[in-house]
Amino acid sequence: MGKVLMKGNEVIAEAAVHAGCKYYFGYPITPQSELVAYMAKRLPEVGGLFLQAESEVAAINMVYGAASAGVRVMTSSSSPGVSLKQEGISYLVGAELPAVIINVMRGGPGLGSIQPSQSDYFQATKGGGHGDYQIPVFAPATLQEIVDLMQDAFDIADRYRTPVYILGDGMLGQMMEPVEFTERKAAELPPKDWATTGTRGDGGPKITNSLRLDPDDLEKHNNHLQEKYSKIKENEVRFENYLTEDADYIVVAYGTVSRIAKNAIKKAREKGIKVGMIRPISLWPFPEKPFYETRENVKAYLTVEMSAGQMVEDVRLAVNGYKPVHFYGRTGGMVPSQEDILAEIIKMAGGDQ
Amino acid sequence: MLHEIIIAGFGGQGVMSMGQLLAYSGMHEDKQVSWLPSYGPEQRGGTANCSVIISDEPVGSPVISHPSVAIVLNKPSFDKFEPLVSPGGILIVNSSLVDKKSSRDDITVIEVPASEIANEIGEPKVANSVILGTFLKLTNAVSPDSIIEALKKVLPERRHNLIPANKVALEKGAELINK
Repeated sequence: MGKVLMKGNEVIAEAAVHAGCKYYFGYPITPQSELVAYMAKRLPEVGGLFLQAESEVAAINMVYGAASAGVRVMTSSSSPGVSLKQEGISYLVGAELPAVIINVMRGGPGLGSIQPSQSDYFQATKGGGHGDYQIPVFAPATLQEIVDLMQDAFDIADRYRTPVYILGDGMLGQMMEPVEFTERKAAELPPKDWATTGTRGDGGPKITNSLRLDPDDLEKHNNHLQEKYSKIKENEVRFENYLTEDADYIVVAYGTVSRIAKNAIKKAREKGIKVGMIRPISLWPFPEKPFYETRENVKAYLTVEMSAGQMVEDVRLAVNGYKPVHFYGRTGGMVPSQEDILAEIIKMAGGDQ
Repeated sequence: MLHEIIIAGFGGQGVMSMGQLLAYSGMHEDKQVSWLPSYGPEQRGGTANCSVIISDEPVGSPVISHPSVAIVLNKPSFDKFEPLVSPGGILIVNSSLVDKKSSRDDITVIEVPASEIANEIGEPKVANSVILGTFLKLTNAVSPDSIIEALKKVLPERRHNLIPANKVALEKGAELINK
């Protein structure tokens, strides 16, 4: 269909429709309201259902219901709204229900601001709700990458019976870029024989439930979840290496910040500093391998985030003390400039060169 | 080729649409483009703005700290972006609404009496196209034909009657540079 110029929020919505999502439940919040509006218009056109719930809590529980029936379902929000959904997300995990959850992050804590932020990294990658669980989290950096990752997100949700996060920020949601929606072959996925669509005489009742009162039973269930997380760690890690082959220094950044960092890296290279970048695309599972492969040869790492320092903890775990890991972050909706990042790179490399 | 453009003015002045027109036109010419709007509280105080990048190479940061071209349509935007234009860059001022003079000698400053010219054309709505005409003549970022093509896409059918006036406005804007 050729290239079209669209807003990031609209790309997320259209990519979900292309991935076969027919059900959307949500509640508007800046900076992702265009996504809700787009779904309201688009889903009826493909025979789907859009419903604006009375609250985020209602929306996530509607997602639970639709996911139980085995359909591809999605919800979206921005930071404060995603906090409200956490109970429901934990229930989705407990009941092993596939769903895709979008967080177009804004500055926090509390109601915070409506400007771009990456300060929900901990919430997304370290649980967020109660219980021992992990959720696959993908962070696109360009609008074209959203198209691919949305398809992956729905496939992974179905394959592993898990909710999946797409983590963006206000900038990604609001900006426009040309995108192309390329059709791709549907992945081979296990049949949803667990869906509560009636028994039709093929066995006992089908139940989706997160309540397991017998501790022995619940521990077995937890062991099963952990085995699932091991498989996801094995199979679903995604990252991009940029100019890392000859790098003395490595910047680590994800999402839109990685694009600002790329500009700074180009400028630093012009100044003769050999710097590259590791861009995690899956935030959980966190890409550890590119750090194992570089930590003996590089001199230092610099993590740049729109947060007070969240992903940097995973970077430090992966570098495991081999080399210093520096941090530069802005909070509250402030965006690091390429000049700021360049100054940090120069500082890391030992001053003016 | 890399153009990093900031367009700024009051909300409702057509700042966002001007930026989108440029982005559409760039895409029409198979160039790499991005469009990033300001949104929320930073728009209060009169500087709604958008950042547009038109490039031969994939766009890195969509955020522009120092634009190669700033188009300012009101006084607060002049105050905010005049100091940020990168050395050797261009500042285009809508002199119908901004009576300030730039004191910088390291950039090219072009004043466009856009409202007056639009009124002469007989269509006050095309003031922004006058400015775009000047901008295109100075930078060759995209061709005026691409802007017209983009207008056909962006404008609803019932507004297509404005396209000829826009065409004239682009030409009038360009003529300011020939003089």
